Amino acid sequence: MDQIFEYAPAPESRSVVSLRDTYEPFIDGAFTPAATGEYLTTANPADEEPLARVAVSGAADVDRAVAAARRAFDTVWGPMPGRERGKYLFRIARILQERSRELAVLESLDNGKPIKETRDVDLPLVAAHFFYYAGWADKLEHAGFGPRPRPLGVAAQIIPWNFPLLMLAWKIAPALATGNTVVLKPAETTPLTALVFAEICQEADLPPGVVNILPGAGETGRALVAHPGTDKVAFTGSTEVGREIARAVAGTDRRVSLELGGKGANIVYDDAALDQAVEGIVSGIFFNQGHVCCAGSRLLVQESIAEELLPRLRARIERLRLGDPLDKNTDIGAINSAAQLDRIRDLARSGADEGAEGWSPACELPERGYWFPPTVFTGVTQAHRIAREEIFGPVLSVLTFRTPEEAVAKANNTPYGLSAGVWTEKGSRMLWTAERLRAGVVWSNTFNKFDPASPFGGYKESGYGREGGRHGLEAYLG
Amino acid sequence: MPDSAFAPETAASNASLRAFLHGLPGVDEVGARARAADLSTRSIKTTAKARAIDLAIRMVDLTTLEGADTPGKVRALSAKAVHPDPADPSVPRVAAVCVYSDLVGVAVEALAGSGVKVASVATAFPAGRAPLSAKLTDTRRAVADGAAEIDMVIDRGAFLAGDYRKVHDEIIAVKEACGDAHLKVILETGELATYDNVRRASWLAIHAGADFIKTSTGKVAPAATLPVTLIMLEAVRDHHAATGRRVGVKPAGGIRTTKDAVRNLVLVNEVAGPAWLDPDLFRLGASSLLNDLLMQRTRLTTGTYPGPDYYTLD
Amino acid sequence: MAEPVAHDGPAPVPSSARLAVRKTYKLYLGGAFPRSESGRSYPVASHQGDHLANAALASRKDARDAVAAARKAFGGWSGRTAYNRGQILYRVAEMMEGRSAQFAAELADAEGIGAAAAEAAVAAAVDRWVYHAGWADKYAQVLGASNPVSGPYYNHSAPEPTGVVAVFAPQDSPLLGLVSVIAPVIATGNTAVVVAAERAPLPAVTLAEVLATSDLPGGVVNILTGRTAELAPHLASHADVNALDLAGAGDDAVDLERAAATTLKRVLRPDPAPDWTADPGIARLAHFLETKTVWHPIGM
Repeated sequence: MDQIFEYAPAPESRSVVSLRDTYEPFIDGAFTPAATGEYLTTANPADEEPLARVAVSGAADVDRAVAAARRAFDTVWGPMPGRERGKYLFRIARILQERSRELAVLESLDNGKPIKETRDVDLPLVAAHFFYYAGWADKLEHAGFGPRPRPLGVAAQIIPWNFPLLMLAWKIAPALATGNTVVLKPAETTPLTALVFAEICQEADLPPGVVNILPGAGETGRALVAHPGTDKVAFTGSTEVGREIARAVAGTDRRVSLELGGKGANIVYDDAALDQAVEGIVSGIFFNQGHVCCAGSRLLVQESIAEELLPRLRARIERLRLGDPLDKNTDIGAINSAAQLDRIRDLARSGADEGAEGWSPACELPERGYWFPPTVFTGVTQAHRIAREEIFGPVLSVLTFRTPEEAVAKANNTPYGLSAGVWTEKGSRMLWTAERLRAGVVWSNTFNKFDPASPFGGYKESGYGREGGRHGLEAYLG
Repeated sequence: MPDSAFAPETAASNASLRAFLHGLPGVDEVGARARAADLSTRSIKTTAKARAIDLAIRMVDLTTLEGADTPGKVRALSAKAVHPDPADPSVPRVAAVCVYSDLVGVAVEALAGSGVKVASVATAFPAGRAPLSAKLTDTRRAVADGAAEIDMVIDRGAFLAGDYRKVHDEIIAVKEACGDAHLKVILETGELATYDNVRRASWLAIHAGADFIKTSTGKVAPAATLPVTLIMLEAVRDHHAATGRRVGVKPAGGIRTTKDAVRNLVLVNEVAGPAWLDPDLFRLGASSLLNDLLMQRTRLTTGTYPGPDYYTLD
Repeated sequence: MAEPVAHDGPAPVPSSARLAVRKTYKLYLGGAFPRSESGRSYPVASHQGDHLANAALASRKDARDAVAAARKAFGGWSGRTAYNRGQILYRVAEMMEGRSAQFAAELADAEGIGAAAAEAAVAAAVDRWVYHAGWADKYAQVLGASNPVSGPYYNHSAPEPTGVVAVFAPQDSPLLGLVSVIAPVIATGNTAVVVAAERAPLPAVTLAEVLATSDLPGGVVNILTGRTAELAPHLASHADVNALDLAGAGDDAVDLERAAATTLKRVLRPDPAPDWTADPGIARLAHFLETKTVWHPIGM
């Protein structure tokens, strides 16, 4: 029966993307060779084929970029009326929409995430984010930050590889809307869409120096964070690096916002809408291969329905289609890098070693590239590493609880506090639970939903500051 | 799903039926819509599309349910059902022809020996507002005239009034009147208002012995939407898991294009599972859909876009 | 001890006069007034250098106990209705007003200012409680939001207290500065571990006595007296402290901020030129809040 409807390959065309052999830093409105003369090769994680050579920006490049950003802040962008700044952002938003398929394909190539997600989630949100903040540019005095809110100056921004262009939008759109200029470093393994974004800045005639893009690795980021010429550091990434950054800016008058790791609990009560809860659990942990800081990586299911829920969950996971990220029917793409794959494997191994029971659907992994099957661990306790550490991969830990108090206590029993989910058909129980969860985003009867108007960010060691919404302006206003 | 699904005492009283139906897990409307929308982005191309089109043709209940139906119209439709594309004998025949009960005889004669079944709507279709005796008479007459399948409507008024027992007992009575004929129970989901009700009505009909549950009469909008079909597929899937019996699903009304049909098949495949990809367990109630399936079929086999004038209007 | 009493002979107290009963200045932990677990105290002198009293010299372990007490009180305090928190803060103002003379006298000693200036500072401190009492049930409306997301979701952001805040009270303003840093922290439901101004801790202890009689649950505010430099590193690195107010941390502020980075505490850096008499606005209050955003589908 199966072959009656085996989906044929439905690849999205790569031809919309024209890759250059080599990409240089974008400084002061132009692509200029990095002073280091060093290059990294960025590869497609789905087949390990090289995509392009990308310059590694060094300290001298950081100097130049910060100086260009300062000049642009002092002479053009700072003094520009908000309504004019806003129009640049609207223009960028429009170009992003026009080039969205190209960017979606490029993102899938460079990151390994399925085209279905880059096309239907990442790119629409990227354009929406610019649209949203464009409209704030001339309304800042009404935003609740005093009668004359001022930009901070030059913002150093460092973004991760899991949502490369979307994280760029979350950083650049509010910074520019509030009158700051930026120096942004994309992640080592996913620099390409940021560099195409630089082209879009040119296409939009954005004044030189307002946006500078410095590809590179950890050293580039460190140099940028340490640079005394910046007024603000915005970082999304691991809690470890977040700590380093918080230490580095201590004692300066530079502002910081950090969006870090998480170990989100997804609480399913016994009266939940089960089919939708299963969907929410699946999207909570397998969306973007689980490379999501706010992933619902700990499923807390009420013991009385665990036996009913788990077979449904497994049956649903068996339907997930893993493979070519450019196939429009792919649900689970490639792991972004060999290093990340190692980390996922290591933690999954610890789950088995510590006595949890692992399960994955029968699923053929491609021979080349970095792949990890969707995995569910049951019999997990709070003490297991897989219940405490962020795996950042498609690995779900299932724990049970008996009472609402126990659910909340377990959910909050982590140094992180980014996201949580609640599934119940009872409104009062939802609100009771949401009120007690120490997490910056609570999805009830849904999961992994994002919107430019909705503030996002963590409690505790998941970082501080909010991105999105009116709240997101605060990080860039003084 | 509760194992008590088929305990006889479930239907002992309206209260016990209510307790059962209201004990089913709720349906979150937004989540159900999102799931259906996500599945509708599946891209079905080339060989998969060709197989899907032929499967969809074999699942069509080719339908005419108009006040202006005549024996001539029914004969023409029957001819189309057997040979959907007179120019291409490789096109499979449809599953059934669906007509009003008074025209069953005409269809039976026209389809004799073809393998295409005759389905008849019954029970005061489409409103269902008639005494039970009239509904049973209607049903018996259609079966006596040779209908192999009966598409009955439930009493939505009774359902919405909370009189689940009445709906249940009526289905049982009609099922009995059907004899060997297969019973499809039309929920008329467009009048049930909520997805929770769709789920409850599905279980109620299954519990009462339906062979198929069907979305709509086609006379009420919205008719067969993807989320509604999704919820009904979940019901038959869960019922099978609890009892081992497979009940069929028939979306009807509003399915006009090949894309609509393929999206339905994707739902079947990913929600109920491939076992339901069979005309015995999934039907598409439609009229204009067939020509679009034929045109897309031609497009796939010849590589050129066909025009509607090359397909019969019946 | 600093009373002008001669020690060279029998106390020359006239038989008609009454010997004053002195106050022992203790810590305020979990609603109780213990001595330092270390048994230590330190002499507190007036602005002119006269000995005023001995204050408890809090130890690392006292700081630890204070954090435990603050954590224990957090659930209850943050769970109170905003109206109730406002009522209690207003009650603090009432109780303080009743002790104005005592505060003014202590302040005059501590700061070497005249009676009128001391009274004005006390009045301003009382008014600061009233100001923050009023905020308790309003900041959520000012800082929260209903967010128009593109989809069938109810989306709502509300501020919630950060948790346990370690507050290093300003060294230069032992009462108004102290109240200005405590009130915004607890008005929003946080609990506090306060290190009082090192050289002028007595008004802080008296404030503790006010808090203890104002229906403020024990543990919501815990006040330590002692060496800021000794206590601060332990609080800045304590993993169960969620935020630091470095107002009175002085030269150690940089090290403390660095230590706080280990558990990513929220840090309010010291203002180089604070004016405690200025309109406090909402900034300090907003600093110890987290924004929680809740999504819920809208459907039938």
